[in-house]
Amino acid sequence: MHNQGLVKTVKFKNPKYVGDPINAVKIFNEKEADELMVIDIDATHENQEPDYKMIENLAVECRMPLCYGGGIKTLEQAQRICGLGVEKVAISSIAVENPGIISKIAEHVGSQSVVAVLDVKKRMLGDRYDIWTHNATKNRKQCPIACAKQMEELGAGEIVINSIDCDGVMKGYDIDLAKKIRKAVHVPLTLLGGAGSLNDIRELINTFGVIGAGAGSMFVFKGVYRAVLINYPSCSEKDKLAMLVQ
Amino acid sequence: MIIIVDYGLGNIRAFANVYKRLNIPCSIVSESEGLESATKLILPGVGAFDEAMGLLNKSGMRELLDELVLERKVPVLGICIGMHMLAHSSEEGSVPGLGWLEGTVKKFDSTMLTDQTPLPHMGWNNVMIRQSSPLFNALEDSPTFYFLHSYFFTCAHREDVLAEADYGSRFACAVQAGNVYGVQFHPEKSHHNGVQLLKNFGEM
Repeated sequence: MHNQGLVKTVKFKNPKYVGDPINAVKIFNEKEADELMVIDIDATHENQEPDYKMIENLAVECRMPLCYGGGIKTLEQAQRICGLGVEKVAISSIAVENPGIISKIAEHVGSQSVVAVLDVKKRMLGDRYDIWTHNATKNRKQCPIACAKQMEELGAGEIVINSIDCDGVMKGYDIDLAKKIRKAVHVPLTLLGGAGSLNDIRELINTFGVIGAGAGSMFVFKGVYRAVLINYPSCSEKDKLAMLVQ
Repeated sequence: MIIIVDYGLGNIRAFANVYKRLNIPCSIVSESEGLESATKLILPGVGAFDEAMGLLNKSGMRELLDELVLERKVPVLGICIGMHMLAHSSEEGSVPGLGWLEGTVKKFDSTMLTDQTPLPHMGWNNVMIRQSSPLFNALEDSPTFYFLHSYFFTCAHREDVLAEADYGSRFACAVQAGNVYGVQFHPEKSHHNGVQLLKNFGEM
């Protein structure tokens, strides 16, 4: 979410408006999406409070599990958001700046409701990655593998790895990055950034078995010219993806 | 009137929304006064056991809820943490549960879990129905529902288990004893299967 509308970025830049959030939720309801993650990309960057009214409206409308992230810095905010009917809260910047907050929030809302999101970018040279925050404007110079491990230990119930390099590019997930994180953590892991087709998701499932496949651009754009059209695989298409793993 | 008990946790309005779409009257109640008209109760919940029990005990509704459920036998459906609260106790916390359905709540045994079954159990899973119940009317075979938990209900009596699911090991995901029902999964977040189950509870 950006300026109260839904946007898609490429490598975290050039937000393109794709629609109204409530409308999008209604469409994903109809398409029976597995889960929805709504991230307010303005809140932390602009140092704003989460838009509680908007979150409440989304939660009421949403018939699938909902995770909200963006601007959450305190336990009170997390509790308030969970109280609005949101299943999970995602924390990112604050998790890196003050990891202790993860335990605090998990203690009150339960680990299952705490998602640590790490925005990750590969270094120019070599094989290493760094965590960036504030819409990929601040390089925290921290290793995502060590960080993910620490967050799991502190009580995060899920880790989401958001690849800045693959964001919006739609040419496949960063499988290597996923392998590194998967080896280090044991809580549910979701990968985000790069999905361009069901084949990309199939590749992810074939490689890891149980894993969360997050996608944004793939579900809102259609065709070479990236026309905005919300789409989502049917139940049988989803079953086929899972069936290949035996 | 279906009363959704609002003690501070859970997708209260998501339930209200489902019933609104189904044209089944319901109301959200956060104080004792509102409970009198209850013909059915829904006890939702997301979060940690002690926090949930603490909030319910402080809400002022505990006494009347005990009377409605235990004496007047009003049907009640506990969901997720709401289901855990039906038990006598939970390994997740130290506060006693409601004790409305005999059993305790345990954590998944980590020795039975693998890399493919990390905790929490988070995601869509198939439910295996063990006993027919009006709660499951018109559901497809092996329906999928959304789960989000690290602890599960263990019944004191096998016959109270309505349905099971597999996650590392088999566990009860739907239970019933008399007027007390509990489901581990989130029907309010499980699309058409969830809507059907909530409809069934409403129409029982």
